[in-house]
Order: sequence, then C-alpha cells, then structure tokens
Amino acid sequence: MSRPHPPKLPLRFFRWFCHRELRDSIEGDLMELYGERARELGKRKADWKFTKDVLLLFRPGIIKQMEGYQPVNNTAMYKSYFKIGWRNLVRKKGYSLINIGGLALGMAVALLNGLWIWDEFSHDKYFTNYDRIAQVAETGIDPIEGGRSIGLTMTYPLSTELMENYNQNFKRIARLSWEVDGILSNGEKMMSVKGFYSDETMPEMLTFKMIKGTRAGLKNMSSILISESIAQSIFGTDDPINQTLRINNKSDVIVTGVYEDFPSNTEFHGMRFFAPWSLFLSENKWIEESAATDWRNHFIQIYVEIDHGTSFEEVNAKVKSALKFDPSDQERASKENKELYLYPMSRWHLYPPSYQINNYNPIAMIGLVGTIGAFVLFLACINFMNLSTARSENRAKEVGIRKTIGSVRSQLINQFYTESFLVVLFAFILGLFLASFFLPWFNIIADKNVVMPWKNVWFWLSGFSFILITSVLAGSYPALYLSSFHPIKALKGSIHLGKSASRPRQVLVVFQFSISIMLIIGTAVIYQQIQFAKNRPVGYNRDGLIMIYKRSADLDGKYEVLRNELLNTGVVTEVSESMGAVTEVYSGNNGWDWEGRNPNIDENFATLAVSHTHGKTAGWQFIEGRDFDLSISSDSSGLIINESAAKVIGLPNPIGEPVSWEWWSDKSLVMNYKILGVIKDMVMDSPYEPIKPTMFFLKGLNGSTNWINVKINPHSSVSEALPKIEAVFKNIAPSFPFEFKFVDEEYATKFAKEERIANLISLFAILAIFISSIGLLGLSSFVAEQRTKEIGIRKILGASIQGLWKMLSKDFVLLVFISCLLAVPASYFIMSEWLQNFEYRTEISLWVFFVTGIGAIIITLLTVSVQALKAAYMNPVKSLRSE
Amino acid sequence: MRKYQLGEFEEVVMLTVGVLYDEAYGVSIKKEIEDRLERGVSVGALQTALKRLEEKGYLRSREGEATEERAGRPKKFFQITALGKRALEYNKTMREELWNAIPKIALDGKFLGK
Repeated sequence: MSRPHPPKLPLRFFRWFCHRELRDSIEGDLMELYGERARELGKRKADWKFTKDVLLLFRPGIIKQMEGYQPVNNTAMYKSYFKIGWRNLVRKKGYSLINIGGLALGMAVALLNGLWIWDEFSHDKYFTNYDRIAQVAETGIDPIEGGRSIGLTMTYPLSTELMENYNQNFKRIARLSWEVDGILSNGEKMMSVKGFYSDETMPEMLTFKMIKGTRAGLKNMSSILISESIAQSIFGTDDPINQTLRINNKSDVIVTGVYEDFPSNTEFHGMRFFAPWSLFLSENKWIEESAATDWRNHFIQIYVEIDHGTSFEEVNAKVKSALKFDPSDQERASKENKELYLYPMSRWHLYPPSYQINNYNPIAMIGLVGTIGAFVLFLACINFMNLSTARSENRAKEVGIRKTIGSVRSQLINQFYTESFLVVLFAFILGLFLASFFLPWFNIIADKNVVMPWKNVWFWLSGFSFILITSVLAGSYPALYLSSFHPIKALKGSIHLGKSASRPRQVLVVFQFSISIMLIIGTAVIYQQIQFAKNRPVGYNRDGLIMIYKRSADLDGKYEVLRNELLNTGVVTEVSESMGAVTEVYSGNNGWDWEGRNPNIDENFATLAVSHTHGKTAGWQFIEGRDFDLSISSDSSGLIINESAAKVIGLPNPIGEPVSWEWWSDKSLVMNYKILGVIKDMVMDSPYEPIKPTMFFLKGLNGSTNWINVKINPHSSVSEALPKIEAVFKNIAPSFPFEFKFVDEEYATKFAKEERIANLISLFAILAIFISSIGLLGLSSFVAEQRTKEIGIRKILGASIQGLWKMLSKDFVLLVFISCLLAVPASYFIMSEWLQNFEYRTEISLWVFFVTGIGAIIITLLTVSVQALKAAYMNPVKSLRSE
Repeated sequence: MRKYQLGEFEEVVMLTVGVLYDEAYGVSIKKEIEDRLERGVSVGALQTALKRLEEKGYLRSREGEATEERAGRPKKFFQITALGKRALEYNKTMREELWNAIPKIALDGKFLGK
C-alpha cells in the first residue's frame, strides 16, 4: 500500500521558512504524525491538521534567519551602514549642506505647490452633496468669442417650469436671488454683509452646518438664517435665536438659525445670510407683476440636487425641454443653439463659465503650478544625483579596500543606498519644516488658506514613497556601478572613468540651467506686461478719488444736500454721481444711430449715466468740445463720448452732431442727444483690453446712477478729510453705512491676479536658479579637488593664475552658454503665446534675453570662480604632497 | 531575577523528556504530554520550547535513526543536562517551600467553605 502524502503546498512552505538546523527533525516529526493521523482519522483530517501544524510552526524561534549571516551580525551591519553614512555626511559638511539644503528647498517648493493644487481640487468639497448639486445654466454658441458660453442667470418662468413640471427629476430645487449687499441691523448694531434670498430647500441642499436652530429655518416669510460670524458681531454672546434683525432698513425678520461660515474654498464663501424667497418676492413687487412670466428677464439663479444613482447627463436630457424662449428671441436662440445645461458643482471652480473674459483659467493655472513644482524638485534631484555620482568617483579606493577586507557586493550596495537614503530623509524633514514655515507667507502670495495636512495618511504615504524613489534614483549609480569594481584595479588606481562618465552630468546641468533661465525670462516678460498695462494712460485722475456705493435707499433724493454739505467741508473739491464705479463699465447697449452710420452694423457702446459734475470729479481730459454745464438747460440731452466712440462714429467734426438711442426691446423709447464733447479714452475695464467706445449722458434708458464719487481736495490730507466726509454722510443719512473705496486701490486690483502669478513664478525662478547654482558650486569644487595634482604640476611648469582660472571655469561657462541657446528660443515661443491672451500687450524686448543670458553666465562665473581661484592659488608643494 | 528561567510549559516539556528518558523526541514528547496532562500540544509550541530549552542549556540533543515512516528524516532525541536537572530541582524545592509555608488553616478553611 502506498503511503499517503501530506499536502504539497504547506510542506513546501514549511521547508522554505524553517531554520535549516531544525528542518529535518521537525519534518520527520510532522511526517510521523501525519502517517499516524492518516491511518486513524483519514487523509482529509490529517491534511488539515498537517496544515494547521505548519502554520503554527511559523513563529520566530523556528523561522530561519537571513541567509548567510549569524543573527547577531545583522543588526550590527545595519548600524554600521548608518554610522558610516552619517560619518560621510559629517566629514564633507559643505557638500552635505548643498545636497540636503538644495533638495530640501526643492521638496518644500514641490510640497507647497502640491498643497496648492490639492486645495484647488478640494474646492466646494465642503458640501456633502458635492457630487449631486448643479446650477441650472444656459449654454449657447458665443457669437463674439466663439466656443460655447455658459450663462448662469436664469429667468423666473424657467424656475416655475422646473419646479412644477420637472420636479420629479430632482431631489431638491432651490431658487437663489442675486448676491445681495444687505445691511443687517439690530438696534444700534449694524453690519453690511453679503447674502442671498433663497428657497427653503437651500440649507438642506448645501447641508448647512447648523450651530443653532435647524435647517428648516426659512419656511416663514419673516425669518432669516445668519452665519456664525454675523451672530458673533451683532449679538456677541447673547443667544441670537428669535432675535429681530432689520434688512436694509426695510423688513424685520427673526433669526431662526445660525450656520457655520462657509470656508474660503467654497463657492458660497462670504455669504453671511439667507433670507426667505417669499420675502424677496414681497420686497420686489415687480417680479410677480412683470417678471414672473417674462422669458427674457434673466435675474435669478437656480440650483438643483439630483437623486442618488442618477447622473447629470441623464437628468439634463430629461429636463432640457423646460427652457423656452420669448417669440422675439426664438430665432437668435436657435441660431446660437441655446440649451439648458446642468452645471455640476465639481466644475464650478475649475471650469468657470467666463474664464475667457478675465484670462484666468484654473486648469491651466494648476498645470502651470504643477509643472513648475515638478521642475524645481527635479532640478534639486539633479543636483543630488550629480553630486553623488561625481563624488563617488573619489570613493573607488574605499570600495577596493572594503572588498579586500571581505565586503560582499550586496553590503556595498546597501552602504551606498543607505547614504543616499539618509540624505533624502534629512532633506525631507528639513523640507517639511521649510514648507510649514513659509506656508503662511505662501498663502498670502497665492491668496489661499491652505494648512499642512499633518494628519493625512496620503500625504505621508506619498512623502515616504518620494523619499524611497529619490534615494534609489540618486543612489543607484554609485551603488550599482562602484560596487562592481575589481578591488585590485580600484586600489591600483587604474580605474579611469574618463570623459564619458561626466557626459550625463553635463546634460543634466544644461537642462537645469535651461529651465532656470526660461523661468527667469518668463517672469521678466510677465512683469513687463503688467508694467506696460500699468503705464497705459488711464485718462482720468485717480488721486484722492473715493467712491461710495449707494447700497440702500437712504440717500435717495438727498444728493443735492449731500453735495453741498460735502463741498462746505472744504476738504472736497467736487462730488458726482455715476452709473457703475469709475473703474468698471457697468452697462452697454446697442441701438445707436447717427448721421452716416453704416446701417448694417449695430454698434455696441458702453452707456453710462453720470451727473453734471462727474467730468470734474473724475478728471476727464477733453480733446474737443466741453463738459456738461449746470447752467445750460439744454445740456440735459447732451452727450460726452470718448475717443474710441468718436472713431466708431467716424464724423470729422462730431461736436454738435445729433445722435439717437433706441431701446432694444421697446422701439418707442428713443433718446435724442447732441454731442457736447470728446474726451480721452479711459481705462475703466480690463487694462489689457481695448477701450470700449463709451457714451456718457445725464439721462438714459438703462437706469440711473448708483455710485457717489468724492474728489478730496489735493491740499488736504486723506486722513483729515475722511472723518469730515463721513460726518456729513452720517448727518444726512444716519442709517447709511459709510463704506468707501479708493479708486486707485480699486484700479490696482485689476492687476492683482497677474501680479500674483508673477510673484509666484519669480519666487520659483529665483529658487530654481539658486538651486542650480549651488549644484554648480558643488560640482566645480569637486572638479577642482579632483584636479588638484594636475593644477599643482601645471603651476610648477609655469601656468598663470588666469590661465588656470580660465581652464577650470571654461567647461561650466560653456554649459551655461548652451543652456542659454536652448532656453532663449523656447521661452520666446512660450511667452509670445502667452502674450496673445492680451489685446493690449507689450513686445518682448530682446534685452530681456540678453540680460538674463549674461546674468546667468555671470552667476556661473562667480560660483565657479570661487572654487577655481581657490584651487589655482593653492601652493603646488602642498597639493602635490597631498594624498 | 530568578536564578533559573523556566516557564510552566517548559517545565512540563523537561519533565516529560525526563519521563521518556532515552526515547524523547518530538512526536513521543507530544504524545506523552497529551496523554498524561490531557491537553493539546501543537508541534509549533513544542518545537519552540525545545529549541529554547536547548539554547538555555537545559536540554541537549542527538540525532537518531531515520525511518521510513518519517520519510527518511532523522529523529532528534533530547536529554536533560546537569544544568537542566538543577533547574528542575530548584523549581521543585521552591514549590515545596511554598507549600510548606502555607498555614494549614488556610487550605482547610477553604475546603470547609466549599
């Protein structure tokens, strides 16, 4: 009878793990037991018990030790790797500093950039229903820009349609008013804040984090939900629930809940109150009177939440037909292919509907930041690799001796890997410190609110995998190549790595400097462009000009009194009213006609109502004609146009010419004007765009003035004038919050975004060139050290200091020169592309390239010369004796 | 620190090695313990204990014959060393001393209580 065999797999496993000395006897025991059990209990039970026994044998006393070593030696060897690695670091302090410092800088930059990108992607994730919320939008082919545009303000009947006939497709629908600047007051306490009127479903949809009260707080018409920060500043420590608030001095509401303020990386950041929709309707009677069925009047926002398990595409297809058009718009709508579109929350921040207009494309920005971060990190890694490979040539002898004494190759490999691991680890720790130290500062530059994710598992995992990858990458050359040396050859010194060994290093240096130079040229061009736009003639005087938005009705009918009072203070030279701020083009319209107009083109003009004195207040510069005059009554139908408008109109002598304006939706509304004057173009919109042809009039068809502008007397100081101006306002309209903006500050914000990008990139450019330079410093010192003997002999034979200096610097300068040749055309190409984004743009001047190139070479010379001269000045006796 | 390091299971193993005298190897020890003490002993636990005892110098081993039922693997026989004997004796005396130190009343009382 054949003896039963125990299962193969456990047996093989046992043989694999078991200690060699124990293996045979234990296996014998197992076999004996197995045989007995198989006889008594049957094969299946015996197999099972055998497996169990094997598994229970898998324990420390029985598992074999690492092959070939005594158990004690093992830890000692690892200890020695670290000890020797540490000693090598300490012995070459300068080299270690360059290596660790450079790498840490690179890591810190990469870390900050990574955090930035992470923050961009986590936008709006604060909302629990992130994946299921969309804003109802209208897309269509943009007739001017091309491509599809997204419109976010919707008509009232669309919301009614969606809520009544398409309700079953959504979990929730909520209407939202436009962003309201509201004044909330409680007795003496008063605050001006932004918020919305919304349907009662909104708090549930956006999963408000309620601190007090419930999300169901908007059911009643006289209720309000306020944010924690408002509750704090109005009610302090008192319980805000059931307290009364007055909105815009009109409606009294009762606080029914307090929610946590939305964090800065959300779409609704800064929205501090939500008032009921019914209140919105009752405050704005016109909605129900005329807008409720008007398919042309876009003024509300609609948000929807879809059910679990449905997709936006599905729902979108189902509700598409809800969008209807006014018969008069039908033709244009079908021409522009207008459609209803559910604009998912996940796209709000990264794919904003209007990035073409303000030149800000978040995805491109993420790409830019990511690329720069990766490059800077890569530059630092190049340093690290170059320095460790360069230096490792010096260690050929060490390898020889270690091998002679009895090192196994794998031990040498471990030794080199440990050293590079140590450096990377230190660099990582230092990089973490640097990053967290500079984070607040970075947040200011980048306008972010990022925190270090100390508690995030992924953060640490990626950090450690990065440590491993870098140390393996940088440590591989010495570890794998040097450890293969034949000990006798290595000790005899007959191993020559030759020129070809330094070739990859040279390529990497060229790469490093090309990137750095490109970054610097890029920064220079961006700054140039910003400066160019800043130097653009503004066309009005921003000094001492402040503007106040009339956010409530308190000032209605009091303008004349206000103006007189302000002028009486003596600190004010002029006061005016305007439609829209001085720094914006508030309104634009078609329908203009004049003599000799091309009947086929209906030009669009900026149409802005102003008061008589606006020209004086803002400092209009007249080219022809005159300003509005209070004493001439016919001036009420006067028109002041800007240069661009004059060009569009194209009359050789525009002064006194009649111009008419017909309202687009009601042909019976016509205004007839006479041109009074032509003023210089003014930069009111984007400073990078061409100036819009503009019409200024006292009375138009498109509404009235909503800003008050005050020109402070240039002879009185602002700090002296402001309290007096405020006092006048307080006196005339006590409940009006006196909030003003300086026109020059407001104007400066037009450059903020580009400046922010420029500051960020310049920072990275400086870091990149710094990292590259310290890498070069390390390399040059290494080369000088290697050639000590050669230099000594040359000196004895009569070489001059200059000659030696030239010899040592030449190679590096050549490398940087090559980098310049590569970087200049590349950056020229990239930056010309970038400048295409701006209508009003600078030319890339050649001197940028010259200065950058020469600057790079000078920096190289300085870095390299330190080492070259040190080597050249060395006493040859000493250098020849040294071994 | 104790003079002789000997755990409960180790003591059982050593005593069993003593009981089996010349026939103490893995399987026989395992069976003897299982029979006498009516408790299951895994090969793993036993082998670790044996290895540890050998490292401590309480047991010594020699290789024995290889039989067919062991698939040609040798037996490893164990024997108590002099040091091992002392350790066992020490444990025994310690225990006896403790037994003797218990006042009679403590044990009686307990039995009465039951």
